[in-house]
Amino acid sequence: MGSLRFFATAAIALLLGSPALAQSPTYGVGRTPTPDEIRAMDISISATGEELPQGRGTAKEGATIFQQKGCAGCHGKAGMGSIAPELQSNKGQDVPVWERGRGKSGWMILPVTAPYATIVWDYINRGMPLGKEGTLTPDEVYALTAYLLAVNKVIPEDQVLDKESLPKVKMPIGDDYGRLPDWKPKTHRLPGYGH
Amino acid sequence: MGSKRTTRRDLLKSGGALAGGLAVLGQTQASGQTPTVAPEHDHGSGASPMIKGTKELVEYGQRSHFVTSARIAHPVGGRHSPDAFGKTFHIATPLQDSVGVITPSSLHYVATTRGAFVPDIDPKQHTLMIHGVVDRPLTFTMEDLKRLPSVTRTHFIECAGNRHNGRQKTVQETHGMVSCAEWTGVPLSTLLKECGLKTSAKWFVAEGAEEVKGASSMPIAKAMDDCIIAYGMNGEAVRPQNGYPLRLMVPGFEGIFHTKWLRRIKVVDRYYMNYNDYGHLEKSEKEAALAFQIGPKSVITKPSGAQQLSGPGFYEISGLAWSGGGAIRSVEVSTDGGKKWNRAEIKATPQRMSHTRFGYPWVWDGKETEILSRCTDEIGQVQPTREQVAKYWNVPFERSYRVPGLDNSVMPWKINRDGSVTNGLA
Repeated sequence: MGSLRFFATAAIALLLGSPALAQSPTYGVGRTPTPDEIRAMDISISATGEELPQGRGTAKEGATIFQQKGCAGCHGKAGMGSIAPELQSNKGQDVPVWERGRGKSGWMILPVTAPYATIVWDYINRGMPLGKEGTLTPDEVYALTAYLLAVNKVIPEDQVLDKESLPKVKMPIGDDYGRLPDWKPKTHRLPGYGH
Repeated sequence: MGSKRTTRRDLLKSGGALAGGLAVLGQTQASGQTPTVAPEHDHGSGASPMIKGTKELVEYGQRSHFVTSARIAHPVGGRHSPDAFGKTFHIATPLQDSVGVITPSSLHYVATTRGAFVPDIDPKQHTLMIHGVVDRPLTFTMEDLKRLPSVTRTHFIECAGNRHNGRQKTVQETHGMVSCAEWTGVPLSTLLKECGLKTSAKWFVAEGAEEVKGASSMPIAKAMDDCIIAYGMNGEAVRPQNGYPLRLMVPGFEGIFHTKWLRRIKVVDRYYMNYNDYGHLEKSEKEAALAFQIGPKSVITKPSGAQQLSGPGFYEISGLAWSGGGAIRSVEVSTDGGKKWNRAEIKATPQRMSHTRFGYPWVWDGKETEILSRCTDEIGQVQPTREQVAKYWNVPFERSYRVPGLDNSVMPWKINRDGSVTNGLA
């Protein structure tokens, strides 16, 4: 009788309850982080800029910070390149962006080829300066981003970058880059290629 | 022989043609029968010196000091490891000495996204946070993760910079940025189900705890298929250079996606294109498609560049094959520069996205030749020659041709008349 009742209950759960069951935790392991904990750790910035912090900066301020924080020591004067990748292209605006956007070393020049200006902000914020990562204030990151975009003539010298204006910057690459295909398991990586 | 499976027994049966090979085998056996040290009852004179037991050796064993196989700083990107700051960039595994499919943890290849410090993480302080478009964000301690049902799988990891060219000498230089280990941990799908994915969940961003907080975006379909949150590597904890205490395994995807020192996973509704992803930016959609999943690839590890054949005779050609598309289905070896391809012996049941060891019995006639291998995976993708790749992309072929995506083209080793082995691309 007991096992019969169990099967009946299980069958009802399967029939009625499975969508709900699929949504509920199975193991109950782990704890719920607070919204503050999530905010403190979430440094992912997407193209919409929804995760960007408050703050502002201009190219003029950025030029000073570029010197003060030692950026020029590795990336060269005005980002023209040294022991670290170039951040300013030495080619004119008439050169197509995929040619203009490659430095001497073959590395792509981030403020030229990035499809979104938010990628420039994100990388400076998480990865710079070398050895003192994560020490820049949001204002400093906005200013450095503005400086690098301005020296590459992506934005005017006097434009203020902040949470609102940064995601709206039109990058020179536009739509001229390959989008990733949908990935599916057990599928050729490029249909028709076979290798 | 053609494509027919050739075993060593077939070769031995075929008699006459093998005289040279048998002679070499005979010599080896003969010298084995006249040992310089009496095998039994001689614990004194002439016996090998003893390795003294110490507290350290009781606790953690060591290899023989006669075994000197070592990793090297790989010249990818032209950076030295360690650099003046103690950072490491690219370190290559000694494939020429490898046997079986497992790379010892101490010899596993290492790459860092920018030349990173290896963080010294206290596992008691380390947590993994999963948040974003989920019903319940959750934070797991290492202890939490070890309470959950685990999986153990053998997987290779390969750096996208693992490219062979004619300037390199050894297989360590041409192919050393790939390794294979046994990984243990919790399927990422288990954790994501625990958090409850919202229907808008399409991608996820994985982020490490090192100073640059390296982060990559990946399709949620991959997370639900076979990703592992790994805390174990080759039967012990993941090594610091490989992500201690936690590494994301993304089987078959390029190495950079296997996020080390994993601290956070953000489930998102679109491609996030973090800095690591931006590094994959390609102009053409077709080239961009090659950025995730590694194609079928194999290489002969013995005999390989800078090794020396002792003379004509029998040698087992040995190598490794792997693919991001699944398990290896077959491997073929050519000993005449690619004119004829012969089916190689697969040494154990091939695992998905794992190294597979192959062997091919060969009698070298003392003439100059070229040896090559190529493999086919379970979904029918075939390792290409550079010529085939150039033809597909419709560009003129030359041996220095740069293969788009991770270079999975066939690697030739040249056997010279004096028995020396050199890079066939040189």
